[in-house]
Amino acid sequence: MWDIVISALPKLLEAMVKYTIPLTLLSFTFGIIIAVIVALIKFLNPKVSGIVSILWKLLRLLASFYVWVFRSTPLLVQLFIIFFGLPAIGVKLPAFTAAVIGFSLNTGAYASETIRSALLSVNKDQWDAAYTLGFSTPKTLWKIIMPQAFRIVLPPLSNEFIGLVKDTSLASTITIAEMFQIIQQYAAQNYEPLLMYVEVAALYAMLCTILSVLQRYLEKKSSRYMKGDKN
Amino acid sequence: MLKINEIKKSFGKKAVLKGISAKFPQGKTTVIVGPSGSGKTTLLRSLDMLVTPDSGTLDFDDLHLDFAKPISNKENKELRDKTSMVFQNWNLFPNLTILKNITASPIFVHHVAKEQAETNAHNLLKEVGLDEYADAYPDELSGGQQQRISICRALAVKPEYILLDEPTSALDPESEMMILKMLERLAKEGQSMIMVTHNMQFAKDAADKILLVENGEVEFDGAKDAFFSQSSIRVKEFLQGISLK
Ligand SMILES: Nc1ncnc2c1ncn2[C@@H]1O[C@H](COP(=O)(O)OP(=O)(O)O)[C@@H](O)[C@H]1O
Ligand SMILES: [Mg+2]
Repeated sequence: MWDIVISALPKLLEAMVKYTIPLTLLSFTFGIIIAVIVALIKFLNPKVSGIVSILWKLLRLLASFYVWVFRSTPLLVQLFIIFFGLPAIGVKLPAFTAAVIGFSLNTGAYASETIRSALLSVNKDQWDAAYTLGFSTPKTLWKIIMPQAFRIVLPPLSNEFIGLVKDTSLASTITIAEMFQIIQQYAAQNYEPLLMYVEVAALYAMLCTILSVLQRYLEKKSSRYMKGDKN
Repeated sequence: MLKINEIKKSFGKKAVLKGISAKFPQGKTTVIVGPSGSGKTTLLRSLDMLVTPDSGTLDFDDLHLDFAKPISNKENKELRDKTSMVFQNWNLFPNLTILKNITASPIFVHHVAKEQAETNAHNLLKEVGLDEYADAYPDELSGGQQQRISICRALAVKPEYILLDEPTSALDPESEMMILKMLERLAKEGQSMIMVTHNMQFAKDAADKILLVENGEVEFDGAKDAFFSQSSIRVKEFLQGISLK
């Protein structure tokens, strides 16, 4: 039994390093960048007038539409549209690129709501305090509001990150040879589906556990300024 | 000298400031009194543009603001450089240490060298006896201590006027005493202050000038002595109302 498990291991680890991890890291990075931009568009209410204010409203509408689309449709369907659907209108993407785009947009939509509500939950008085000291809006966001929102946003975002690790298994459906696709091949050859799928499950669990530990460490660090857990 | 003329502000249909004109002399302490809901906070916040009045003008040395027109970012910043607010609930930044609460604006907004900003902050902290907390976070301090820090934070940007909105009303009597002593000392040093308070003893001891605001209008504007000699019926009624409580 162990021979079978071990024989699949090198290819699995290779798939993890080549696809699962880069896919997760890239998608999460891009996803968070998108999410912060979208969250700020929906959160900020700049005092502008005329054409700029119309453009801003349009941008907000666009942001809301984007979030709505990606939260109201299955991730699997999104991946299929990007990889199998878009070529029909001349947009032909390599599988890996398509996967990164799909996962990033999906993560961006969910995380933008998480980030927006964290920004909203920072006490409004903090803005007054910063403004009276001469801070501009960007400086207030960067120095005062975002660091406080970060504490609030860390647990839910970590959960989204861990969710993304698991979701990358969906990339197997658009021809990417990540861990789950590799193990499917093994299972088909050696007729040990239980053993094989438990093995890949264990690897996903391992990855997620490492991330949870990291999450707890970060949470501790970021809550340093709260009474009681100063260590 | 800070001067406002015919300041009006409504929230929705509710007119909160109904045309307020006043002068706030430099180097003096002006105390704003009045029943709650009369518009004192809105008036004070207007002086720092945390509230933007609907109309009226504000003059501060060369700066002239007409609130009926849009105020540019530059004018806004100029006003905020000259004034700094202390809040009822102090509003320290919980993500920054005490020292950084005080140095944040000097360093990031006014581009003072870090070392100089920190030396200045330590000096301010020493004056209020809290230098040992420089590296602590706000949550580790009592309300009275945090309020003293927030006054240091306001002073650190060297504003011409400090605006204080009921700085002691969320504090226990002992902390209140300490803050008021600190403010009295600042007043003696010639720091220009505009303070909303219900503490008539402080007004008697430290104010140069009293502004009584009722229902969005100025009911009394004059020297402290004139105020407490109760020359007007409205002032008399107000003072009687307070002593009944
Ligand atoms: N941001 C706001 N939105 C709506 N109403 C407000 C706002 N700020 C103050 N008000 C109203 O304006 C009135 C005066 O408030 P305020 O200036 O805080 O009075 P005071 O400080 O004298 O107690 C109150 O009726 C209050 O409800
Ligand atoms: Mg008030």
